[in-house]
Amino acid sequence: MERRCLDAKYKGVSTGTTILAAIFDGGVVIGSDSRASIGGEYVSSKTINKVIQVHDRIFCCMAGSLADAQAVLKAAKFHLSFHSVQMESSPLVIAAATVLKELCYQNKDELQAGFLTAGWDRKKGPQIYVASLGGMLLEQSVTIGGSGSTYIYGYVDAKYRPNMSREECLQFATNALALAMGRDNVSGGVAHLVVITESGAEHVVVPGDKLPKFHDE
Amino acid sequence: MAATMSMMPGFRSNISSQNDLVPDWTRTEVSTGTTIMAVEYDGGVVIGADSRTTTGAYIANRVTDKLTPIHDRIFCCRSGSAADTQAIADVVSYQLGFHSIELDEAPLVETAAHLFKASCYRYREELTAGILVAGWDRRKGGQVYCVPIGGMLVRQPVAVGGSGSTYIYGFMDSNYKPSMSKEQCLELTAAALTLAMERDGSSGGVVRLASISEEGVERRVILGNQLPKISTH
Repeated sequence: MERRCLDAKYKGVSTGTTILAAIFDGGVVIGSDSRASIGGEYVSSKTINKVIQVHDRIFCCMAGSLADAQAVLKAAKFHLSFHSVQMESSPLVIAAATVLKELCYQNKDELQAGFLTAGWDRKKGPQIYVASLGGMLLEQSVTIGGSGSTYIYGYVDAKYRPNMSREECLQFATNALALAMGRDNVSGGVAHLVVITESGAEHVVVPGDKLPKFHDE
Repeated sequence: MAATMSMMPGFRSNISSQNDLVPDWTRTEVSTGTTIMAVEYDGGVVIGADSRTTTGAYIANRVTDKLTPIHDRIFCCRSGSAADTQAIADVVSYQLGFHSIELDEAPLVETAAHLFKASCYRYREELTAGILVAGWDRRKGGQVYCVPIGGMLVRQPVAVGGSGSTYIYGFMDSNYKPSMSKEQCLELTAAALTLAMERDGSSGGVVRLASISEEGVERRVILGNQLPKISTH
């Protein structure tokens, strides 16, 4: 109990999850696990979808306090659809990411939520933006987050290549999520993946028994 | 609590910022926040470690040797408090040396591992030590035993430890296969340590490797500019 209180004070509410996003040739894959837990002891949901659609070709993954993240996303969806009506066109991925970043930064004292935003737009093609806890915005070609991500830094550093094909990138993302879920007890369930390209967004779900198994399982 | 502190490098600086006249690292315990790894192969074991010892943000020793010989063909890889692990290793080498003379034959790796466990478990409240015991003996060949903080003992074909190890679990799970050759084990260890050193602030420097078999111990060092280039981005 004492350790958990101290953890919360110095590290923030535990982001019991694994999220990732990776750019491939022509699109981007964004994915997460599906476990929601209370204090790492009780799994409150085995099949929660942490990949949220904010516009046709823009998706977000939330990290941090789920309650804060949901509240921020609700506000962001409103801002973004209003912006899209004003501009009379689909919003850019950077617009979505900036809306989230502004909310995170302006309310940084009250909030504990970070976001991965991934999507495709006409101007720059596939992009990934990380809006972290304090409100920094960073563009990356591959990124991982959540408590389970610490276990796959080495794997992602070694295995990710720019300009992979769609299938290679999906396999890479599935493997990375499976490895993280295998080591992190607050990540698990199924792997939710969304593939976003010029032609649209496709949701791929890999159930637990179809996830790749590694030598010790 | 001691266990949590060595795992969270940032934790210490929050509570010891009382006196800004004296730098943080003079008040922080020396830690081998580290990455260590040991792999069994048919005929022996390969062990590896980084070479950084830190006191807070200061690197006290950038060429540390964390692969400590306990006996002719038994080594240990040390992580956690530098003082605690050095003291335990000294005690165990003495006990094992004595035992070996009594028996008039080479000691078993399992015996060394149990001696480590005995000390780590008995004094678990006072110690912060995560140790990998690896070596070769005539009875069971190459063996790796893991004695993490708290004093558990478990034999594993491949084990990693230290603060940097969390970043390479995924890499290790996907790249380790049973029945690898000695060269493959050496490459895997060097690659894994390099990846961990790039992500963990408490690990760095050079990669020290050793392979232990019936023929003896072979040590090598991979300097910073010779590390394998595995990161793709």
